[in-house]
Amino acid sequence: MGLPFTALAVRDAVAAGKVSAVEVCRAALDRIAASDPLVHAFLTVAPERALARAAALDANPQRANLPLAGVPIALKDNLCTRGLRTTAASRILDNYVPPYDAEVVERLEAAGAIVVGKTNCDEFAMGSSTENSAFGPTLNPWAADRTPGGSSGGSAAAVAARMVPLALGSDTGGSIRQPGAMCGVVGFKPSYGRVSRRGLIAFASSLDQIGPLATTVADAAIAMDVIGGHDPRDSTSSTLPPPACASALDGNLRGLRIGVPRGMLADGLDPDVESAFDAALEAARELGAEIIEVALPHSVHAIPVYYIVANAEASSNLARYDGVRYGVRAAGAEGIGQMYEKTRGRGFGLETKRRIMLGTYVLSAGYYDAYYLKAQQVRTLIRRDYDAAFERADLVAMPTSPTAAFRLGERTQDPLRMYLADVFTVGANLAGLPAVTVPCGFTRDRLPVGLQFTGRAMDDAVVLRAGDAYEQATSWSDQRPATPGFSSSR
Amino acid sequence: MPGPFSRDDVERVAQLARLELTADEKDLFARQLAGILAYAEQVGAVDTAGVPPTSHAPGSAAPLREDETAPSFPREDAFGGAPEADPDACLFKVPRVIG
Repeated sequence: MGLPFTALAVRDAVAAGKVSAVEVCRAALDRIAASDPLVHAFLTVAPERALARAAALDANPQRANLPLAGVPIALKDNLCTRGLRTTAASRILDNYVPPYDAEVVERLEAAGAIVVGKTNCDEFAMGSSTENSAFGPTLNPWAADRTPGGSSGGSAAAVAARMVPLALGSDTGGSIRQPGAMCGVVGFKPSYGRVSRRGLIAFASSLDQIGPLATTVADAAIAMDVIGGHDPRDSTSSTLPPPACASALDGNLRGLRIGVPRGMLADGLDPDVESAFDAALEAARELGAEIIEVALPHSVHAIPVYYIVANAEASSNLARYDGVRYGVRAAGAEGIGQMYEKTRGRGFGLETKRRIMLGTYVLSAGYYDAYYLKAQQVRTLIRRDYDAAFERADLVAMPTSPTAAFRLGERTQDPLRMYLADVFTVGANLAGLPAVTVPCGFTRDRLPVGLQFTGRAMDDAVVLRAGDAYEQATSWSDQRPATPGFSSSR
Repeated sequence: MPGPFSRDDVERVAQLARLELTADEKDLFARQLAGILAYAEQVGAVDTAGVPPTSHAPGSAAPLREDETAPSFPREDAFGGAPEADPDACLFKVPRVIG
């Protein structure tokens, strides 16, 4: 009883010597032991490693100065951890133990965070439900017959079930925000270039970003202050100095103009999601924001553009899995060509193969101009729509997902329908923009609904400020599912 | 834009992608890829005359730096995950390449 839970509360208590990092770590491991057999958020839990590092932190006289001192954190299993198995939820990396840490892992651990384990996801982050994991699905802590969303479903579920206060995910087309919304937690996709991707297992390199999932925007902001900023070892990371996110949270929306693209919300929006969204806009207005209408006319093409661009890049990035330098090699092949084909045919799951096929096809001779080049041109038009919207508005607001969490198995036979789950999230990836999801209500089935704010490129702090102000004025983030094992208060 | 996706198309693309597919996967992909590509073809109708392609979102700096020598990745780490290797000879081993 009385143990702190949020990253902010843990950090302050550990720094003040009121609680030890080992106690906090042990409590997180106990919650995982109690809840995870039901949720399956984790692929790997590393109790000895975590407790040893927590003990080292307790012996570190500098811990009071560390922004994440003693904070238990879970990492999506596509982030490399030295000496700790990292699979990207794929059979082809079943035995992979990275020889190095991702840059974000180095930064988190240097800031005092304690990695407790690696979370489940769709294979190579390809999916919207975490059902494409080679190691079985994660269940939504709010309803055991529902998916947690995806692809960072394990990270979202681990935070939603209050196993850990903080987790990292990756977001290529909505993979932090959509599961964040479906699990009723905060999820933040930073601007493209804001966070180093060294050690992130690549899916689509012009779209991938790493970001935090948390129970509060304030915790996500602290994590951003730790992981953001240029990394000389990732040439796509921006050299612009990162904004101070945590100190930008002032609790109000005064002076901010929020644009709503009503035109793109017309089709396929669940009525319960729509009414939660409308109520959220009204709350934002009461907090001092001005609500205006904006247009994103090319966003109707965002899903096909995304699936052409992302799969083209994926087919190239996943060429590295050839059974030669690391990972699993299929036995019984005659000659190197057959070894490649058997290794990849048996190592990759169905969705990964489907996407490699699509990506290879759209890049192949005769089709490149019609699909890939054309999609990149429409991508420019989608970006320009956002540029025009941001001349009039500081933020764009949308529901994060058109529906609440869907049922396990409901969309696995229909890939196209699964892809439509990303309709409101892919735009921020195609345009490189920061975007946050915050809980904004529930459907009549008591499933969480998320509100998304998207901001100008590199305006990450403004996006977080808006999310925090909305969260402070409402009580949605305080609600949590009735998952067993939770014994501390926020 | 191209027409429907045949089983021959599936086999040709699988060959390019170095993927061994089962007979069931070939049938499934011929059907599903045709549907997904038909949906994707809506981008073909967008007027993009004079519009430059976006290959990366703005924000990535790709700064240049001096080319300085620095310690490289330790050899034992680089070979540590290989299915078959001879680190002392600095070799990854693969099945026979030439007939």
